[in-house]
Amino acid sequence: MAKPAKMLLNVPAIKADFPILQRKVRDRRLVYLDSAATSQKPKQVIDATTDFYSRYNANVHRAIYELGEEATREYEGAREKVAAFIGAKSPNEIVFTKSTTESLNLVAYGYGLKGKLQKGDEILGTVMEHHSNHVPWHFVKDHKGAVLKYVDVSDDGTLKMEQYDELLTKRTKIVTVALCSNVLGTINPVKEIAKRAHEVGAVCVVDAAQAAPHMPIDVQDLDADFLAFSGHKMLGPTGIGILHGKPEALEATEPLLGGGEMIREVHLGRASWNDVPYRFEGGTPNIAGAIGLGAAVDYLTNLGMESVRAHEMEITQYALDKIGRINGVTTYGPKDVKKKAGVLAFTIDNAHPHDVASILDVEGICIRSGHHCAQPLMERYDLPATARASFYVYNDLEDVDVLAAGIKKVQEVFA
Amino acid sequence: MMADLRELYQETILDHSKRPRNFHEIPSADASAVGHNPLCGDRVTVFLRLSDDVLSDVAFVGQGCAISKASASLMTDAVKGKTKAQAHELFQKFHRMVTGRPGDPVDTPSLGKLAVLSGVCEFPVRVKCASLPWHTLEAAIAAKKEIVSLE
Repeated sequence: MAKPAKMLLNVPAIKADFPILQRKVRDRRLVYLDSAATSQKPKQVIDATTDFYSRYNANVHRAIYELGEEATREYEGAREKVAAFIGAKSPNEIVFTKSTTESLNLVAYGYGLKGKLQKGDEILGTVMEHHSNHVPWHFVKDHKGAVLKYVDVSDDGTLKMEQYDELLTKRTKIVTVALCSNVLGTINPVKEIAKRAHEVGAVCVVDAAQAAPHMPIDVQDLDADFLAFSGHKMLGPTGIGILHGKPEALEATEPLLGGGEMIREVHLGRASWNDVPYRFEGGTPNIAGAIGLGAAVDYLTNLGMESVRAHEMEITQYALDKIGRINGVTTYGPKDVKKKAGVLAFTIDNAHPHDVASILDVEGICIRSGHHCAQPLMERYDLPATARASFYVYNDLEDVDVLAAGIKKVQEVFA
Repeated sequence: MMADLRELYQETILDHSKRPRNFHEIPSADASAVGHNPLCGDRVTVFLRLSDDVLSDVAFVGQGCAISKASASLMTDAVKGKTKAQAHELFQKFHRMVTGRPGDPVDTPSLGKLAVLSGVCEFPVRVKCASLPWHTLEAAIAAKKEIVSLE
């Protein structure tokens, strides 16, 4: 458990970029360990959104004047940055939404409900999905008569891949899976899952909300058909989400929102649609959000996603060693950091996770407690709730030390 | 412990959460209700025996955080032998206390031991934990059969 003298990322310099990390909470240094819920924002991102509103606020794709051209250039520039960030072949493969949730609903609605799916077609999900990758598919079941099936998770927190092979048949039309679990931190073998899905003619939908902020993603290598993630979990603003789709997958998807921007021609009673991806961006988009996201992508690209991942592996290993070994503490999910992102769910004997969170709050530590929007997974492990610490680029080993000390305080209270 | 934390986790609260009073089912209960807080998974069932208008026996079972468990335990002690109207009035006073501002005067003569939960007002997210047993009691008194859900 020896602490390395120097971490891979220059954390003090990174911390200095985040205004919120300079504040105190209940007279203590803020130790923010809830980035899996939402990340904090560096001043570069805050400045980019402020700059838009201060200098060139105008609607995009409409205004025939300089401000509008600047706004459109920056908005489309953000699309190009996101495309490059995940290795997309073209910015046209990137749809801006408001969240991962909206991205997944767009696929469930536009590809599932309004698309080619027939009654009795099967959708194969997993037990470890976030509610946002469960509930949209319930709609498809309820309104289209699709059949939902689920791959179970082992006690060690990994997917039962042999069960995946059993459940995957010619009837399967959609396979949907998280690249990284928001509770267990498990990194799922999505490349393999997508490959096998394609062998039976199914498309693969990936919830990358917990993965895109934390590890390099190459959509060419993964070869999934749809991939959804959020800006706010990767240093960007809230209210901006991303859907990546292969061109043929997006062409086969009906829009979720009708209105301005998404049309080519409108007549009374009928309309024709704009090209992909604008077809899916009805209404004035979150322009400031997209521009802020572009700045977040720049920030992460400057750090290097390989370095971000290596940094989080280092913290996660240290946390598994330090927190996992405290008597009376149970951790969940894989113990091998090669298979685990920087998410650590844990429980403390005789202490409810809500009490744990309240006591840590008084120490200036922000963690999550509850079911983490993953009730089916909590039922699978027969847990009413857990505490969860999650790490990001601005965390260091000292933050883990503060958490460990906080956990000891919890144990003193409930001894 | 820091001052506000000591407020939230007073000795009486810890005692009632670790050794809850009236923590059992009442097999021949006149009324019962289930309360559920989906946010944290807290679940409580309150059982009542009524003699005319008086709560002659009150008990609970369930799982939850220290605050909800202690609140349920203290509540059952406090309302036993009271009329429905008195129990309702006590809930009103309790609710005012936990949703008040830190430093507001606490009506200790009326609230008795329930006053130990006054520290909850410093932690607004925990108000639901403290009030879940009370909402469930009200539902049992109204003999509502459905699950009380606090979101």
